[in-house]
Amino acid sequence: MADDGRGVTPLAGAAAVDGPAEAAARAAAEAVARASYGKLVAWLAARTRDVAAAEDALSGAFAAALADWPRRGQPANPEAWLFTVARRRLIDQDRRRRTGAAAEPALRLLADGMAAASAEPALPDHRLGLLFACAHPALEPGVRAPLMLQVVLGLDAARIASAFLASPAAMAKRLVRAKTKIREAGIPFAVPGRDELAPRLDPVLDAIYAIFTEGWSDPTAAEGRGALTGEAIYLARLVAGLLPDEPEAAGLLALLLHAEARRGARRDAAGAYVPLAAQDPAAWDAALAAEAEALLRRASAFGRIGRFQLEAALQSAQADGRRSGRPDWPAITRLYDALLALVPSPVVAMNRALAVAGAEGPAAGLAALDACAADPRLDGYQPYWAARAELLARCRRAGEARSAYARAIGLEADPAVRDFLLARQAALPPEVSDASD
Amino acid sequence: MQYLLMIYLDEKAAAGIPAEVRDRGTAAYRAYNEALAGAGVLVAGARLRPTADATTVRVADGKAQVLDGPYAEAKEQLGGYYLIDVPDLDAALAWAARCPGASHGIIEVRPLWPMMAEA
Repeated sequence: MADDGRGVTPLAGAAAVDGPAEAAARAAAEAVARASYGKLVAWLAARTRDVAAAEDALSGAFAAALADWPRRGQPANPEAWLFTVARRRLIDQDRRRRTGAAAEPALRLLADGMAAASAEPALPDHRLGLLFACAHPALEPGVRAPLMLQVVLGLDAARIASAFLASPAAMAKRLVRAKTKIREAGIPFAVPGRDELAPRLDPVLDAIYAIFTEGWSDPTAAEGRGALTGEAIYLARLVAGLLPDEPEAAGLLALLLHAEARRGARRDAAGAYVPLAAQDPAAWDAALAAEAEALLRRASAFGRIGRFQLEAALQSAQADGRRSGRPDWPAITRLYDALLALVPSPVVAMNRALAVAGAEGPAAGLAALDACAADPRLDGYQPYWAARAELLARCRRAGEARSAYARAIGLEADPAVRDFLLARQAALPPEVSDASD
Repeated sequence: MQYLLMIYLDEKAAAGIPAEVRDRGTAAYRAYNEALAGAGVLVAGARLRPTADATTVRVADGKAQVLDGPYAEAKEQLGGYYLIDVPDLDAALAWAARCPGASHGIIEVRPLWPMMAEA
């Protein structure tokens, strides 16, 4: 049914009986699903705004493909084939729901769509409009990233739920609610006009960034949560490609690519955590980093600075510092100052304090850290306590460092990071009374 | 699609507004009405008398209960509404933001059931 919120998982459950022809058909359908899912949903739902019905029809079309393609071979244009079948299902669905004259306007809409689709060699790409609908300010912020994953990439609710550490039932319910609101409140699938574009683009980029950070917290897997970094990069590429004149879209992509380039280097061969300061730059993905640099240069040419460009520039400066062994801490501090002016977040203030420590020594860093310590949001934030412990240790305040490490360790969910922090704590000098610096 | 823009205002605060400010407000609403009508999106609209003039009715066990006063006591009260017909939510939100009430109150934007809208 349209409203069960399970999304589509285009091909899940169809795996049972596979000969070579079936396997080839599945591989072909999977490739089309990956590349075209969001495009097909966007095109099918653009007029009716009924995302759930479009997903349903598309899921039926994928099932039909698995039955048809092994027998008759893959069609020349698989995307158009899926679109035609899905559209037919939508029309049938609509006919069943309405009767007689009441169905006329909707059928006419769909017929218009048919004519438009057959007139064009390739389906027009409405995915950008779909992304703006998913990140519409009329939807609650927490559902925007999950909605993008489901509607644009075809992930099922159970996988999305585990990525966001939510129960599948609760996630399914929120997704259904969001899709209902899109349909019933009339949220358009449209790219906002010039004057509205910048404020409306922010939540789109924020949601993509949220997808990435969920994936980032899982350091290893190409499966499971870790794979979300790839999905986020896919979406960021899509937005940056479709909005080439928006420097923040390029900035976000640059930021994600910089981070992704160093993803593998966060663990050594034995699976132990390696902090940035100890990573071997040779282990980074040079191609991704180079692409990020090129994007950042192109974005900065617009002369419209923004949060993601600054964060990408910080990643770039940190990487340079690691490569040369001489980080330019004053420059990094200035980047943090600029970022803090745009995003008054305690986490940014905390990272700025670490840059100050690099530039002026641990005591100055600690003073800067104290200045933001009052923010209650830092109290449960592991990196804050780890940073504090590190600076205290460098100030030879071993006793305080020990208890700050304990806080950090208690807040960390990743065993590798926990082991790293435990080792740092154990390496503190034995408890002499805290010496003066 | 049809949307109802409901204007919620603090009646008590509104009562204390000096006359010349009130006149400016009236002029702003007049201009807004003209803009809505000029764009061809206005279906209906009205300003409501204060909640002191409200009466509630409910029928329980076949008997009507009539009570003096508004349905709910809140800091802001429904002070007026516009019914507009626009293509989508973004257009409705743009009109809501232009409403003079949005800068000294809150506008709730609600889509109508399509059947009711066509009737």
